[in-house]
Amino acid sequence: MVSMKQHVNLHAHSPRSAGNMPGQRLRRLSAEIWKMRALYIMLLPCLIWYFIFKYLPMYGVVISFKDYNFAEGIFGSPWADPWNKHFKMFFESPYFSQLLTNTLLISLYKLLFGVFPSIILAIVFFECRVGWLKRWVQTLSYMPHFLSWIVIYGISIAFLSETTGLLNRWITETGGSAIPFLNGTEWFRSILVLTEIWKDLGWGAIIYLAAISSIDPTLFEAAKVDGASRLRMIWHITLPGIRNVIILLLILRIGSILDAGFEQVFVFYHPRVYEVGDIIDTWVYRTGLEQMNFSLGATVGLFKSAIGFVLVLGANKLAKRWGGSIW
Amino acid sequence: MVTSRSDKWFNAVIYVILVLIAVAAVFPLLYVISMSLTPYSEVVKNGGFIVLPRKISFEAYERIFADPALGRSMLVTVIVTVGGTLVNMIFTTLAAYPLSRRNLPGRTFFLLYMVFTMLFSGGLIPTYLVIQSLGMINTLWALIIPGAIATFNVLILKSFFETLPEELFESARIDGAREFRILWQVAIPLSLPSMMTVGLFYMVGHWNSFFSAVLYITDTDLNPLQVVIRNMLLLTQSSELQAEITVPTAAMQMAAVIAGSLPIIAVYPFIQKHFTKGMLLGAVKG
Repeated sequence: MVSMKQHVNLHAHSPRSAGNMPGQRLRRLSAEIWKMRALYIMLLPCLIWYFIFKYLPMYGVVISFKDYNFAEGIFGSPWADPWNKHFKMFFESPYFSQLLTNTLLISLYKLLFGVFPSIILAIVFFECRVGWLKRWVQTLSYMPHFLSWIVIYGISIAFLSETTGLLNRWITETGGSAIPFLNGTEWFRSILVLTEIWKDLGWGAIIYLAAISSIDPTLFEAAKVDGASRLRMIWHITLPGIRNVIILLLILRIGSILDAGFEQVFVFYHPRVYEVGDIIDTWVYRTGLEQMNFSLGATVGLFKSAIGFVLVLGANKLAKRWGGSIW
Repeated sequence: MVTSRSDKWFNAVIYVILVLIAVAAVFPLLYVISMSLTPYSEVVKNGGFIVLPRKISFEAYERIFADPALGRSMLVTVIVTVGGTLVNMIFTTLAAYPLSRRNLPGRTFFLLYMVFTMLFSGGLIPTYLVIQSLGMINTLWALIIPGAIATFNVLILKSFFETLPEELFESARIDGAREFRILWQVAIPLSLPSMMTVGLFYMVGHWNSFFSAVLYITDTDLNPLQVVIRNMLLLTQSSELQAEITVPTAAMQMAAVIAGSLPIIAVYPFIQKHFTKGMLLGAVKG
């Protein structure tokens, strides 16, 4: 009880006395810390976890500048000669432009073709005046988001397989010839985009719907009194009302443009489509862990992380202008 | 209320879009189920799979479950999902609660320490080497511990703890409760819906996860469900599967796909609202 009172008093005076007497401030700070020791104890396992599983790997990127071998480990392996050997090897290899092109294209297509359908769906949900229909369709459209990429790959086989796929059966029955949707290079990126849309169309709409719902309803009422049609209201009230959210999300997506969907590509791709479907992440996996070229794999991973870092920071800076940021 | 003709058209378009969306979400799954139930005789008769087979059989399911690999992998997945989610929740709560206390000295530093890992990562290879040097390769720990904390979920839970009224904690402290008891008896009970949301996100993540197993598990006995399903989908040409004449290979594959997604689909309607709420909580943050 007594200590409680002291605590309150300390707080009441803290703005005025702060800075005047550094010694006193330090003492107060350590008293504060001691009082909250239980909170630090709670935090400790997490801090250790972050150190081991996040910060040690960050230190581990030094193997990009070494010739890593298993016997000598991260510390013992000799430094690469010259220091940028692996970077040079990557930048000069034919993979460099191919990987970058594939990663950026797949990412951009997903952005382009994924965002607008979600916005439209959110508007449709908002405009639907039949409560039960809206709720049902919402529930159903969010569901694919929770299926794994393996399951979605299985579903794609059911529809798109050259021999048994439903779509190809329809095509052959109407006199066409079966299209290698999953096996050919022509369709590979489109299939990635299509399956991504199927998975996240409804889920992506949630955030836009929330933004639309927070638009001042009197705007709609006023427009209605003025005799505006609902299409006009969408154009002049709904869309401008969520413009900032749209821009914000676009910017944030651009910050992670080098993530083209590792798990999805990993599940869908195979050697025949490397040409159009191999992205940075999948290449790092194959080079680093399958071919055991740890240093080169880590180098390309570092290249991606570094660019990603700059992009996220830039995106966040931009995003602040539109009234939001990641942190 | 008077509805004009253009309004009627507008509504009609809305309803058509919604129905199409619903069909697009559900039809693929229904078709996969139908395929998994199609016996070989039907495939021969119709020259392939059709949407509604006349005769159905559960033989595809019987066959895939006759292979002990599937049952074992389900057990692995259940263990990892239950154990992993438990570990997730303990770590996430223990991180979120202290950070939700605004007067915690060093709070900004700790937050930065965590959020920085969302911006920059060592990458796949160095992470693998760390986990390898910890001796976790080919243990279920590799599927649980490296993913114990998702920073995003810490932020969600933290922002929820922050909404709890400060007076509550003050009065608990005046009553002489220690921090661990306050967390356990005040903060957690009041945050159950949010904790549940976060827990469900972790759970679905564990159930669907396959890549950490691809990375860290080479012992086939420890393969989780998704990896086994993936192997079945890739094994189209296997002679062993093609020798079956009563059950089509594709039916068995689709049965495996259903086995991998059914638990999620079955519980999804009941937990759906938690997910959307979590999404919005995250969105407010993000």
